[in-house]
Amino acid sequence: MGVQGTAATFNYKVVRQFSIMAVVWGIVGMLVGVIIAAQLLWPELNFDLPWFSYGRLRPLHTNAVIFAFGGSALFATSYYVVQRTCQVRLFAGPLAAFTFWGWQVVIVLAAITLPLGYTTGKEYAELEWPIDVLITLVWVSYAVVFFGTIVQRKTPHIYVANWFYGAFILTVAVLHLVNSAEIPVTMWKSYSAYAGVQDAMVQWWYGHNAVGFFLTAGFLGIMYYFVPKQAGRPVYSYRLSVVHFWALIFTYMWAGPHHLHYTALPDWTQSLGMVFSLILLAPSWGGMINGIMTLSGAWHKLRDDPILKFLIVSLSFYGMSTFEGPMMSIKTVNALSHYTDWTVGHVHSGALGWVAFISIGSLYYLLPRMFGKTEMWSIRLITLHFWVATIGVVLYIASMWIAGVMQGLMWRAVNADGTLTYAFVESVKATYPFYAIRLLGGTLFFSGMLIMAWNVVKTVAGSKAVDAPIPAFNPAHA
Amino acid sequence: MDILLLLIPMSVVLVLLVGAGFWWSVKSGQFDDLEGPAHRILADDDSPAVLPPVPGGVDEAGRDGASLTSIKPGGGAAS
Repeated sequence: MGVQGTAATFNYKVVRQFSIMAVVWGIVGMLVGVIIAAQLLWPELNFDLPWFSYGRLRPLHTNAVIFAFGGSALFATSYYVVQRTCQVRLFAGPLAAFTFWGWQVVIVLAAITLPLGYTTGKEYAELEWPIDVLITLVWVSYAVVFFGTIVQRKTPHIYVANWFYGAFILTVAVLHLVNSAEIPVTMWKSYSAYAGVQDAMVQWWYGHNAVGFFLTAGFLGIMYYFVPKQAGRPVYSYRLSVVHFWALIFTYMWAGPHHLHYTALPDWTQSLGMVFSLILLAPSWGGMINGIMTLSGAWHKLRDDPILKFLIVSLSFYGMSTFEGPMMSIKTVNALSHYTDWTVGHVHSGALGWVAFISIGSLYYLLPRMFGKTEMWSIRLITLHFWVATIGVVLYIASMWIAGVMQGLMWRAVNADGTLTYAFVESVKATYPFYAIRLLGGTLFFSGMLIMAWNVVKTVAGSKAVDAPIPAFNPAHA
Repeated sequence: MDILLLLIPMSVVLVLLVGAGFWWSVKSGQFDDLEGPAHRILADDDSPAVLPPVPGGVDEAGRDGASLTSIKPGGGAAS
């Protein structure tokens, strides 16, 4: 060791940077989540400060957890996986460094502009046009680094995780470019290139594909590498993983209209979105079963290994939310669920249970290796993190399910004379206890991240950053 | 719904590109072996490189090897 930054070692530096920042942004994003959950319970916490009000902090929360926390985890793991499975150093080192610093600048700019009220008003694409330009530059660089590494690979086969990462990178590029097409008026104000229902259609075409490719395909890349590695067993069926990949990307694109049921969108487009959403159940469950069955015959590993607990439980949440999603896209179900907190519960089942759990598991795998350690400072703290986070997710989802169904039923209840049984505010009042439970669940999940941060600090403290040498290529194993 | 004149052709183009990618990957032999790649990532030992080779071969990326914990640098598990 000691040879760093040369062609003989892997580029672990950028992986290290993104891994650490994933933990940092996870804490920031979830703290903002806890704050806005508390504001829903106690509106006084808005303090009459515009920049601290719910409406401005909510997009900060979503951007921070999706793009800052999730994005950093995706960058870190994809750079690690592509190097290890291709057995080459990352292509274009300076460009990889640019993706790190560029992405951090995007996040900081988001953290400044969103509370100040600069927003395009498009969900998950709120950032104004100068930041959109920077995102584009970073993303193109990411694609060059990732695919450049694939091209230079020493192994003839491209491991399935790289296919998922590659699809995620390319699709997010297309989504971002189309949805963020906007006409700048001033430095911090632009108007969308589309208007009215056209804009809504593009927005949710983007919005749902962001869920499908940013929050699903990318994290499936994590799953297909880190579950087998942590379990020490090959994936249950490599054949199924290939089928999973092609089935998912062939069918994903048109689920978006299910966000616009019963709106000005043409009826047939809504039905199309519903049908495609239902189709998605098949590849999603194929992948979920493939991941979980990797432990087939070695279930005992789940008993002692908290990292494996994170990874496998994330798959069960993936299975749950990819069942729940298609069900909610059915128009008759959606008539009840839409605009209620059921949707919020569904999103967090995916975001906390699936995305955050698999990220946390992979970060616990990566971080010690980045600093020359065989494992984290404390395994017991990982176990504690797992249970605190799991209880947090369950409280969060269950409270939002109940609140959501209750709201849906109250809103549609009519008296014999055709008048509404409940005023809207009555449903708000009835939701109050569930907001308290949700806050408790979110706080637990957030405390889990603090436990993780402490563990990371103790693991990293006093240890040296290590770049692993690239093993001599053995054609017999190729 | 003029926007569909953009979104639907774009989906068709994307599906064609995905189809081309699938065609290339099948023709270039990416999927000729659907067993080996799953095992190959496990053969790649990514446990910290300060460790000497484990006697008796690969031990699941070094996590279970008792021989490895003795030379773990610094700290160690607090548990």
